[in-house]
Amino acid sequence: MANWVPLWLHRLGSPPVFYRFAGAVRPWALGLALVLGAVALYGGLFVAPADYQQGDAYRIIFIHVPSAWMSLFIYGAMALAAFIGLVWRIKLAETVAMESAPVGAAFTLITLATGSLWGKPMWGTWWTWDARLTSELVLLFIYLGVIGLYHAFEDRRQGARAASFLVLIGAVNVPIVHFSVNWWNTLHQGSTIRLLGPSHIDASMVWPLLTMMAATKCYYVSSLFARVRADLVASESGKGWVRDLALGDEAKDPTA
Amino acid sequence: MTDLAMGHYGLYVWSSLAIFVLVLLIDTLGPLARRRRNLRELRARLARQENRRRPGTAQSP
Repeated sequence: MANWVPLWLHRLGSPPVFYRFAGAVRPWALGLALVLGAVALYGGLFVAPADYQQGDAYRIIFIHVPSAWMSLFIYGAMALAAFIGLVWRIKLAETVAMESAPVGAAFTLITLATGSLWGKPMWGTWWTWDARLTSELVLLFIYLGVIGLYHAFEDRRQGARAASFLVLIGAVNVPIVHFSVNWWNTLHQGSTIRLLGPSHIDASMVWPLLTMMAATKCYYVSSLFARVRADLVASESGKGWVRDLALGDEAKDPTA
Repeated sequence: MTDLAMGHYGLYVWSSLAIFVLVLLIDTLGPLARRRRNLRELRARLARQENRRRPGTAQSP
């Protein structure tokens, strides 16, 4: 591999460098997320035809499914960062792991709430103790446990390390959520989009779904970077670069 | 094109969208305010330290 890639990654692990990098990337990621999200919602809510069985109620899929994907994707990213933080003691990796948890919890909450709103008209109930629904609820509790454990310690790094262990143990739930619809006989339907083989859905419905998936990915980058920036100015407040930021740059910083 | 009533399912579809937008809006605005608050608190702490170091000088605004 070219030598500049690890070098660049190493530099990015330095808090002031990452702070500036995140500040430069965040507005673009958020802008892209808004544009893609608007296009996806237009395609999903207005352009795509109604479902032949579910009518217009199926349109909740364009919010529910990308949010559900993100609830698992963010857990994977968080577990990777937690692992790197625990093994190599990289402070920035710990911060990334801890600041991923609230975003993941937000998407899990959206998944559960919109699933409930979809379940009522289609299944006739807001909630049932089905394997998919229950494991997703457990995922929300794990996210909340990680957030709570992190904040329970006076020392932030100690809290981050304790919570990182919980992240790695809780990772066992991710495949359970994903495969629950295959392993158990559930009320929840199976996967609509398949990576291998044809999807069980028409192309006019696939593109808004995939566009929303891209939008939520961009959104995660934007939200994570804003959170890491907020975290760094507190945890690095004793360092010179944050002092300079507090005293001078604040007025000039366009992202303030 | 679909009508805004979404058949009989408008309530469910539009509340889903409202929850999606609302939760992510809170998630976006929270950290921005937190970063500004952290910097403000740091500025106040630095001003207090400065005053302690030079007793008798005026309080910072």
